[in-house]
Amino acid sequence: MKTWIAFWSIVQKDMQVYYLKPPNISWGIIFPIAWTGMFFIKSGSGLDSIRMLLPGVMAISILFGTTSLLSVTVTFEKKNRSFDRLLLAPIPLELLMLAKTGGAIFFGIANAFVPVILASFFTNLSNVNWAIVFLATLFIAIASTFLGLFIAVTVSEVFEAQTFSNFFRFPMIFLCGLFFPIASLPVILRPLSFILPLTYGVDILKGEINQLNILPLGINYLILIVFCFLLFLASLRSIKKKWIL
Amino acid sequence: MTNQAAILAIHQSNYDEYIIQVKHLTKKFTDVIAVANISFEVKTGELFGFLGPNGAGKTTTINMLTGLARPDTGVIQIGGLDCSKNPQIAQHLIGVVPDESNLYPELTGFDNLCFCAALYGMRKDERQERARELLKTFRLEEAANRKFGGYSKGMKRKLTIAAGIIHCPPILFLDEPTSGIDVASARQIRQLIADLHQKGTTIFLTTHYIEEAERLCERIAFITQGQIVKIDTITNLLQPIQGKNVLLISLTNLNENLCNSLTNNFSSMKFQANKLGQIRVESISPIILGPLVRFIEDQGCEVLEASRQRPSLEDVFVQVTGIELDAMKKEKEKAGANL
Ligand SMILES: Nc1ncnc2c1ncn2[C@@H]1O[C@H](COP(=O)(O)OP(=O)(O)O)[C@@H](O)[C@H]1O
Ligand SMILES: [Mg+2]
Repeated sequence: MKTWIAFWSIVQKDMQVYYLKPPNISWGIIFPIAWTGMFFIKSGSGLDSIRMLLPGVMAISILFGTTSLLSVTVTFEKKNRSFDRLLLAPIPLELLMLAKTGGAIFFGIANAFVPVILASFFTNLSNVNWAIVFLATLFIAIASTFLGLFIAVTVSEVFEAQTFSNFFRFPMIFLCGLFFPIASLPVILRPLSFILPLTYGVDILKGEINQLNILPLGINYLILIVFCFLLFLASLRSIKKKWIL
Repeated sequence: MTNQAAILAIHQSNYDEYIIQVKHLTKKFTDVIAVANISFEVKTGELFGFLGPNGAGKTTTINMLTGLARPDTGVIQIGGLDCSKNPQIAQHLIGVVPDESNLYPELTGFDNLCFCAALYGMRKDERQERARELLKTFRLEEAANRKFGGYSKGMKRKLTIAAGIIHCPPILFLDEPTSGIDVASARQIRQLIADLHQKGTTIFLTTHYIEEAERLCERIAFITQGQIVKIDTITNLLQPIQGKNVLLISLTNLNENLCNSLTNNFSSMKFQANKLGQIRVESISPIILGPLVRFIEDQGCEVLEASRQRPSLEDVFVQVTGIELDAMKKEKEKAGANL
């Protein structure tokens, strides 16, 4: 009970202080619109292509929405030492890390549905199974948040966290089949696609929205979940090793 | 019974006398030994001081005791619990006030305190009541609804202390609580520390202000370069110089020969000139002024003032550590200027 009070307070505080800031919110809306617009113009096709672009735009919104937050909620707080306060409180480290990431996961999911709502004005999305899409969104959000967490606890400066995130994020746009099928990548790059968690999440979305998945649903979920666990454990390890000096 | 009270009750028998016990604690960083094999105890209810210059290893010691740093070797017991392997064990028992204010600049003073209270699992009404109570004690009521980021340094430090005692911990760690803030706030903070101690909180305080240590603490450890060079009660530390009489004479035309001729003529006393143009006279027996003044006047100098010096911890510190106080203060200023 007591630890849950602490848990919720941390989530709420992060929301209040970091997430619900105008720049963050506008970023979460502008970014998906900009990407959709860009690909829309480039592909030059009609409104049908909106549906084709939707999974990629959702994934990108989650990826950028979550990873950029962790450099603030974790790396920045470690740097200005307010994180020490959390480490000193009687909260198990695992729960503390979940509290620090919970808000970002929620924010990532919310971000993903901005393009969905926008798209629904232009195209008929009534035949989509939203439960499956939501679950996929959830796991993509968890996996990318934990990737952000891993980066955030591995570096010590905020700019390093941001640089490192970009080092992962931008290649992922092209390697994970967001807009171009993995099959169209050069053969030597394809193995890279399959060691990135986003590939599997996008595959679920593509399967559900465009019927274009390359792997079965169950396999995709399983691999995503394994990624989430590994990234979380790696983050815990890193924090214990590098932060508690 | 609260969680904290339970922990206390269970381990009461183990630490009736010593609430903190440290044995052979060592911490190396890549290029320095920050803490070198130190051992000490803090008695339950005591106000214990860690006095030493910049870089002596005070903060590193606090970090190890509170679980923010892992010792290379050594055993730490807090409240009878061995925290060396699992520092989280004592988290309910301790409150920590770091040397820099680390609350959230975006939140108000009130919200900051409520948040800290929530970290210890306090219910909403409990936390608000406690926050209001502390804001009152620390005379920060007017600033309660202003953002922490806009507070002055003194106010920040006060709120950080309030946050450290939000859960009424029986042990409080204070890292240089009055350094770098205005005189009025520093005075208020010293009073608050004394009050907390009065109410039974065990306090572990680090400082580089000798007068502060002397005024507040019951027992002191002198620490330099990661080592404890002396550890004792203030009374015992002052003992060797308590019996001495010290006189400070201000005079015109102080020259080097004067001290020598004084020494030759008054063999039971020790004379030493300082940079301010004064002579320090030290003697076991009471100093009779007349002959001294007459002798000095015969040498062509005029005595402007003579004042008795109370024995102070400063003298002991200089004697024990060999560190000149001027050097220590300058070093601090330099460190301050770099911030
Ligand atoms: N994280 C760290 N990495 C490397 N050296 C450190 C670290 N923290 C402290 N030190 C060094 O350890 C010594 C003791 O530092 P510290 O405990 O902060 O001293 P104090 O608090 O007494 O001023 C200093 O020489 C300092 O430079
Ligand atoms: Mg220090």
